[in-house]
Amino acid sequence: MRNAFAKEVTRLASADERVVLLSGDIGNNLFEGVKKVGSRHFLNCGIAEANMIGVAAGMAMSGLRPIVYTIAPFTTTRCFEQIRVDLCYHEAPVIIVGTGAGLSYAELGPTHHSLEDLAILRTLPNMTVFAPCDIGEMVGCMRAALAHDGPSYIRIGKKGEPDIHPGEVDLVIGKAIEVQEGHDVALLVSGTIMPVALAVSAILKEQGLSVAVTSFPTVKPLDTDYLEQTASGFRLLVTIEEHGRIGGLGGAVSEWRAGIRNAPPVLLCGTRDEFLHVIGDQDYARSLYMLSADKIAATILEKLG
Amino acid sequence: MIDLNTLNLRARQLRYRIIETSHRTGTPHLGSCLSCTDLLSVLYFDFLRLDPSQPAASGRDRFILSKGHAAPALFQVLAMRGFYDDSRLSDYGQNGSIFAEHPPSPACLPGIEAATGSLGHGLPIGLGMALAARIQALPYRVVVLVGDGECNEGSVWEAALLAAAQRASNLCVIVDFNKWQATGRSQTIMAMDPLVDKWAAFGWNAMEVDGHDHAAIKDALNCFAGTTDRPTAIVAHTVKGSGVSFMQDDNNWHYRIPSEEEVRRARAELRIEA
Repeated sequence: MRNAFAKEVTRLASADERVVLLSGDIGNNLFEGVKKVGSRHFLNCGIAEANMIGVAAGMAMSGLRPIVYTIAPFTTTRCFEQIRVDLCYHEAPVIIVGTGAGLSYAELGPTHHSLEDLAILRTLPNMTVFAPCDIGEMVGCMRAALAHDGPSYIRIGKKGEPDIHPGEVDLVIGKAIEVQEGHDVALLVSGTIMPVALAVSAILKEQGLSVAVTSFPTVKPLDTDYLEQTASGFRLLVTIEEHGRIGGLGGAVSEWRAGIRNAPPVLLCGTRDEFLHVIGDQDYARSLYMLSADKIAATILEKLG
Repeated sequence: MIDLNTLNLRARQLRYRIIETSHRTGTPHLGSCLSCTDLLSVLYFDFLRLDPSQPAASGRDRFILSKGHAAPALFQVLAMRGFYDDSRLSDYGQNGSIFAEHPPSPACLPGIEAATGSLGHGLPIGLGMALAARIQALPYRVVVLVGDGECNEGSVWEAALLAAAQRASNLCVIVDFNKWQATGRSQTIMAMDPLVDKWAAFGWNAMEVDGHDHAAIKDALNCFAGTTDRPTAIVAHTVKGSGVSFMQDDNNWHYRIPSEEEVRRARAELRIEA
């Protein structure tokens, strides 16, 4: 997804002279294409993320459309107050891109995990929060964010994420995308953990259940129309995300459900409230957090009784 | 251009407006406002290329009051400069007013370039604006006023490094160096000295001036305007509460509100006619 992101930024910069990519001194050689479009489109801001957000705000307030890029925790939790004041309070049209969604950088340890970003950014007025599941959604998010007159955050994966959607995705801010129809259990999914959700669906189908899978590339604003019209007919709603169970998609859906009569129960599948103290690859880390397909499926079947 | 006598009068008028408003509305940070009054006067009445009738013109010079707690001074100087009518200040400090202790978002008030109040934000934003000028081939300049206490914030120095690397010569930082921060002497709290050497070491065109000497401030700003290879840092030696004998260098005026009698005494000292 990183390479596809770099390619998309190159395309956007070629088409729009306002686009400037600000990098927090990462992505060596990744952005050669953008640089070739013109030096005005790229700025390495060094390892200084708080300043980078402020610089992006000043650029956006002067008519440019900055895209800020570094590893997710460093462009979210590290510089949260700059995002809150410089971007959100000023309604500055800046796209923040965090690479290494969730446990993409599992091997690098908790400093590089990103399991709180959706939650904290969702609390900010004026902020739009995206978690695309594949390259098609990521490209759709980039284009929607660029056309949107306010700040946004896009958490992207690392590499090797399979395509979920065939061809281009017509992404509309605040609209969910149905991946698979069903009527017993609805899997509501944000981000690059989507292949796991599809594997969960396959296990549940073997048990005779009809399973819907819906992608929520926009975590904020949440597609409450979809939830109200479609999801209320299910026996169980399950949110699946590579993020803490506090405040992400699961939190957002729970907030929605709190105001709805007769809504089905919601099961939140996300990481539990603790840091990992062992290293391993992404699938191993997911498994430790009970986010592997077999463990999620078992949890769902237990809930259904 | 404006002559020094008129500039002196404007600065005294500005001081009085700030003090009177503080008394009337209970707004604090008088000492911090008075330490940068002369800097604001030279900037707004002499240096900045602004057209109050077109506050969003793309080529305007930008000024960011990064030490946002001196907003009571900024609100007054913007009114004096004609960005809005004095009558807009009539609800100052009341429920529902936009005039309080810090600059609001630019969408709320003409002349404001950035909402500040959380320290250490103005210089990064100003640098972004300065770099945007270069990218868009616009001739504007950006001046950011920071406090010496504000220089405790690491983001100030992050911006200083990037500005130097980018040779952002259209960017000027002015440090209102009054040697006090909220609870004590700046030097004892965070060892800020030697401040001008720090800016020079960071690669800036650094200089020191008397921050209450209008001619010296003008000279420093003209030096900035003529510098083409580096950003400029003007370390302005100032006195907190400057211009009123019983407020000068007394940090109690960071939070104190003047009484009616104190306003009267200040008015006499500032030679403001009734």
